[in-house]
Amino acid sequence: MSGGPTGRIEITDLGIVFGHDGRRVEAVRRFTLMTTPGEFVALLGPSGCGKTTVLNAVAGFVQPTVGRVVVDGEIVTEPGADRGMVFQQHSLFPWKTVLANVEFGLKMRGIGSMERTSQARAYLNLVGLAGFERAYPGELSGGMQQRVGIARVLVNRPRVMLMDEPFGALDAQTRLAMQELLLGVWREVRTTVLFVTHDIDEAIFLADRVAVMTARPGQIRDILTVKLPRPRAAEVIATPEFMALKARVLAQVREESGRAWIEPRP
Amino acid sequence: MATLVGVPAARSSTAASARVASWRRPALRTLSVGLFLLAWHAATLWDLDLYVRFQNIPSPGDVLAEAAELFGSPGFYVHILASLERIWLGFAIATVLGVGLGLLIGRFAFAEDTLLPPIELFRPIPAVAWVPISIMLWPTERSSIVFITTLGAFFPIVLNTIHGVEGIDRQLVRAATSLGAGRAAIFREVVLPGALPSIVTGLSVGMGVSWICLISAEMISGQFGVGYFTWVAYGIVKYAQIVVGMLTIGVLGMLSSALIRLIGARFMPWLPRREKEGA
Repeated sequence: MSGGPTGRIEITDLGIVFGHDGRRVEAVRRFTLMTTPGEFVALLGPSGCGKTTVLNAVAGFVQPTVGRVVVDGEIVTEPGADRGMVFQQHSLFPWKTVLANVEFGLKMRGIGSMERTSQARAYLNLVGLAGFERAYPGELSGGMQQRVGIARVLVNRPRVMLMDEPFGALDAQTRLAMQELLLGVWREVRTTVLFVTHDIDEAIFLADRVAVMTARPGQIRDILTVKLPRPRAAEVIATPEFMALKARVLAQVREESGRAWIEPRP
Repeated sequence: MATLVGVPAARSSTAASARVASWRRPALRTLSVGLFLLAWHAATLWDLDLYVRFQNIPSPGDVLAEAAELFGSPGFYVHILASLERIWLGFAIATVLGVGLGLLIGRFAFAEDTLLPPIELFRPIPAVAWVPISIMLWPTERSSIVFITTLGAFFPIVLNTIHGVEGIDRQLVRAATSLGAGRAAIFREVVLPGALPSIVTGLSVGMGVSWICLISAEMISGQFGVGYFTWVAYGIVKYAQIVVGMLTIGVLGMLSSALIRLIGARFMPWLPRREKEGA
């Protein structure tokens, strides 16, 4: 695309408050995180900690109350195809075929139908869905739907791919296969990935860095660098390095999820 | 206990039981219609008088003979064509107005505040109650009856369209924006197809209601139409014609609803075809 690596996210002092005077919920507070282009960062935290809110702010779905989100030097003000989102589930257009779903972003950019189809097919190949072009999302399994969701974002060559617990609704076997597939795809299409999850194994297995969040209002509690060599296969989760890292993360997450129940933070 | 065991066994997937199942349900249905006709025949044959009286009711045979005569002459078709024309016109106007206003109201708060209150105000009034006012409002009998027909179809169409637009999954809109869609594209690519199943439901219900309205209006104020024909048959003591009129209305209503469903399915290929278990 353009010269130089893209996909630098700078989230600075982000604070997000929902609601009005009566019922205010502070979802995110003083959240700061930088990514380098092409980096895979996992946002890990207990449910309700505001990790999805951070993701939504990068996508442009919600506006910061304070602070700012900058991607490649541009302040995020609205959603855009340079920051595609893969949702947890049910986000494909049910009335469009698999091919038309993947073509959607290209169509929005006014690219001609021949060119659209050939690019969309290439990305469907990449996620292993060649042959399913004419199927409707309702005819696919959950894992296949998520693969379409990934292809639909990547076909736009985004600066950042945002993933909101994309494998959270899948069964354990499918989830593992999808994680391996995602790493394979990411190796081909080097884009920055911001990946929200509450699954510690998933975060460590996938990411270059794992950002552990506090209970609400969400802040960064710790950022751990995952030094496991790539390419990673599923067996890596049984190695001592993985176990040691997991133990560290687990201790932090447990403390935070305990706090979420016990003391509502002031 | 025997029935609990028996039910799954009856649905076992062997070829023989599949063959049995394939003719069993149609046969049952034919038999049930046959029994109904037989009961009707018997009631008229014996001039049954059990509080409800069958002395003046034509028998199935009388009706069949009358139908053969009516459909053999051009006169009856004039009535059918008059009714069909009114239905078609009224329903088309109601579709354009109902879907158009419904999309606006569902999408824009300003349209909801300005357009929805009068609609809600008039909605509880059955369309048939409009007949006297309609006769005064419109210069011709045809236009006043089309008005009633439109009115009947309009409310289910507009309300279902609003419901469909408001029921659009917010996540799909977000997904579209994060793929680069602007407002117009969201409307065209997400809102319209997303609301379509609900719109088709509205059209289907609207078609049913517009037939009710048409027939009532024709009975009250018509000079043509199947409703007029049926009502006049009573006045001139041609009782078999009443039943032919009724059945004609039923068949036309059924065909027009089937047409709506067919067109709807054509436009919504992504919807799974529902099949009942045991079918």
